[in-house]
Amino acid sequence: MHALDNISLDVASGESIGIVGETGSGKSTLGKAVLEILPPRTKAEGQVVFLGGELSHLDNEKIRHIRGEKIALIFQDPMTRLNPLMTIEDHFVEAITAHQRVSRREALARAKAALTSMRVSESRIRNYPHEFSGGMRQRIMIALALVLNPSLLVADEPTTSLDVIVEAQILEILEDLKRAYKMSLLLITHNLGIVAEVCDKVAVFYAGKIVEIGSVDDIFNRPIHPYTRLLLQSIIHLDTKELHSIEGVPPDLVSPPSGCRFHPRCPYAQAVCREKIPPLEEFRQGQRAACLFGKDFL
Amino acid sequence: MGGPLIQKLFQRHKSFVHAVDGVSFTLKPGEIFGLVGESGCGKTTTGRAVLRLIDPTSGSVKFEGTNITKLKEERLRPLRTRMQIIFQDPHASLNPAMSIGSAIGHPLKIHGIAWREEDVKNRVLAMMREVGLTPEEQLYDKYPSDLSGGQKQRAVIARAMILVPQLIVADEPVAMLDMSIRAKVLELMLLLKRKFNLTYLFITHDLATAKFLCDRIAIMYLGRIVEIGPAKDIYKDPKHPYTQALLRAIPIPDPRKRGPKDLPKGEVPDAVHPPAGCRFHPRCPAVLSTCGWEGRDFIDYLEERRTSPEKAKADEANLGSLEIWKAEGLVAERPCEPNKVGKITEYVRSILNEAPVPLAQAVERVNNVETKVVLRFRTPDPLGPKEVEGRLVECLLY
Repeated sequence: MHALDNISLDVASGESIGIVGETGSGKSTLGKAVLEILPPRTKAEGQVVFLGGELSHLDNEKIRHIRGEKIALIFQDPMTRLNPLMTIEDHFVEAITAHQRVSRREALARAKAALTSMRVSESRIRNYPHEFSGGMRQRIMIALALVLNPSLLVADEPTTSLDVIVEAQILEILEDLKRAYKMSLLLITHNLGIVAEVCDKVAVFYAGKIVEIGSVDDIFNRPIHPYTRLLLQSIIHLDTKELHSIEGVPPDLVSPPSGCRFHPRCPYAQAVCREKIPPLEEFRQGQRAACLFGKDFL
Repeated sequence: MGGPLIQKLFQRHKSFVHAVDGVSFTLKPGEIFGLVGESGCGKTTTGRAVLRLIDPTSGSVKFEGTNITKLKEERLRPLRTRMQIIFQDPHASLNPAMSIGSAIGHPLKIHGIAWREEDVKNRVLAMMREVGLTPEEQLYDKYPSDLSGGQKQRAVIARAMILVPQLIVADEPVAMLDMSIRAKVLELMLLLKRKFNLTYLFITHDLATAKFLCDRIAIMYLGRIVEIGPAKDIYKDPKHPYTQALLRAIPIPDPRKRGPKDLPKGEVPDAVHPPAGCRFHPRCPAVLSTCGWEGRDFIDYLEERRTSPEKAKADEANLGSLEIWKAEGLVAERPCEPNKVGKITEYVRSILNEAPVPLAQAVERVNNVETKVVLRFRTPDPLGPKEVEGRLVECLLY
C-alpha cells in the first residue's frame, strides 16, 4: 500500500504550513516520515533535508538528537504521550537532559519558564498528568515540546480532542509562540478552519498525494483543484446557507484509481483523467495544483 | 470495622455527578430542537433521559402527553417504536456479526411488527432505498465491515426509521464522518423529516451545524441550560456570555477574518463539584461580583498569579506554598503562625487590589482569627431563567 506517493514539501524557517486531508489521505504518515518514526518494515524512499543536512543518511543516534530537540512533535491525545507514573517535573528533566548536559536545577528553571509561557502555574510542576484537565495536558505537552527551542514543530491534530473554546486558546498560544521563537510549524489537521486561522501555507492531500499547495489566501479564496474547491464548499460554517458534499468515498489505497486519483468523484472529470497522472503544476505564483484542467479553474 | 475488604473499598466514596440539573424543555411536533454544548455539559445524558435509556433521579419526561418517567418496561416498550436514537459512532452502533439487512429489520421482529421473512425483507429493502443505501439487494447481505462510514450511518438511520417513529434523538450523528460526506447525511435527515413528519432532538457540539439545521436550540453548560430559544435569534444576537464565547471560538475557514477572539479563560470544571451561582462565572468575561464567587475561586486566583514570574516571586515570599489554603463554601482560609498572621492578612488584602474587580468586590471581608487568615465572599444573588427578547437566559446581566 502506498500511503504517500511522490510528495515534496518545503517549509521555510518561521513559516507554518497546514497539511489538510480526510481520513486516509496520508497526512499523518507524512508527519511520521518527517520525523523518521514510520513503523518498522515501512518502505520510504526520498529524503528529508533539515537545516541543510539530510536526515535519511544519519544513523539512529544522530536522528534521535535532532528529533525532540530540533524537531519537536505533539500529538492529538496528550494523555497517551505523558507517562502517568511520572510527575511533570520528571518529564521535563528527562526531556532536557536527554539532549543537553545541564544540571537538574537549570533544567527545572527552564521547565518552569516553559510552563509559565503556556500559562500553566509552575506551582503544579510536581503534579502527575492525571491531575490536569485535557487542555492543561495539551499545554504541558506543548511546553515539553518547546522547552528545547526546536526549529520545527510537527503538530498532528493537536486540538482535535479538545472543546472549541480550549482549542481556540491553544491555537492563540501556538501563534504567539511561533512569532516569538521564529519556529516553523507543520500542522496536520482535517479542520480547514484551523488552517485558515493559523497557517501561512496549505497543502491539500487526497489519497496519498498533494493535489494542491499554496498560500492560505490563494487556497481559500482562489482554489484551483476541484477537490480543494469541493472540500471548501463542504465545510459547514456559520454562514452556510446550502449543504454541499462530494459524491462517492475516498479510495482504497491498496488499489488507488488510475490517472488522477480524484477522477471517480470529480464532477469535471474527462476520459483523459482516467489515464494520465496529472503533475503538480504551477498555475499562479506559489500556487501549484495537480489537475490536467487546472487552467480552466483559474 | 469488619466486613469484607472489597465491599469496603467500593463503599468508600459516595459522590454523585449531577450530569444534568434543572433542565427543562418541550419539543414541538415536527421541529428540530438542538441541544448544544461542549463535552461534559450533559447533552448526551439529557438525550438518553428523554428516551428513558437512563432513569432520571428526579424530574419527569412526558411523551405525547404520557408521563413515561416511571413507566414499567412492558408499558414503555410499545412507546419505544415511536422514539428512536442515532448514535455518534456508526462503527460501534452496528453488530459486526449481523448482516446489514438483518440489523435494519431487527426492530420489526423485536416489536412483533413483522415476522415473515419476506415481509421483513421487503420493508427493509424499501427503507434502504429511502435512506440511499443502494444497490439495496446487494448491500442487504453485506456486513458492517464491508461498508464505508457514511453507508454505515445510513444503515443506522434506516434501522431507526424502520418503525417509522415520531421522535428521533440524534446524538452527534455526523461528528465521526469526514467533512465531504457530512452534508449528505444531514440532507438525508432533512429529507426523512419532511417525508415522515419527524421531530428531531439533535445533540451536537458543533454550533455551525446546529445553526443550519435547528429551529430552536438550547445551549448547555455543565449540566444546565444557559440559553434557550429560536435558533435564528440566538445566532443573530446571543445573550448569554457563554453562548457569545462559543460562537467567537469557532475557527473561521477564511484567512481574511483572522484576529484575536477574547476567549474565556480556563476549561469546563469538574461536574462533581460545579461552581456556585452561575456555573460559568469563574470563566466568564462579563462576570459580576454577585455571580457566585466562592473560596476556591480565590485559591484559583492565587494559582493564576503564579503564572506571572514577578507576582509568583512576591507571593512565594509572602504567602509560601498554595497547598495550605483550604476552601469551604464562601470561605478560603490558611493556617499560620500567630506572629505572622497579621502580616499575611495585610498581604492578602493588598493582592486583592490587583485582582479582577468583580472578584475583589465580591469579598465580604479578610480577617485573622488567631492562627488563621480567613477570606469570606458575599452570598451570591439568586439565579434563574429570565425571559430576554423571546428566549430564556440564565444570567444576572439580564
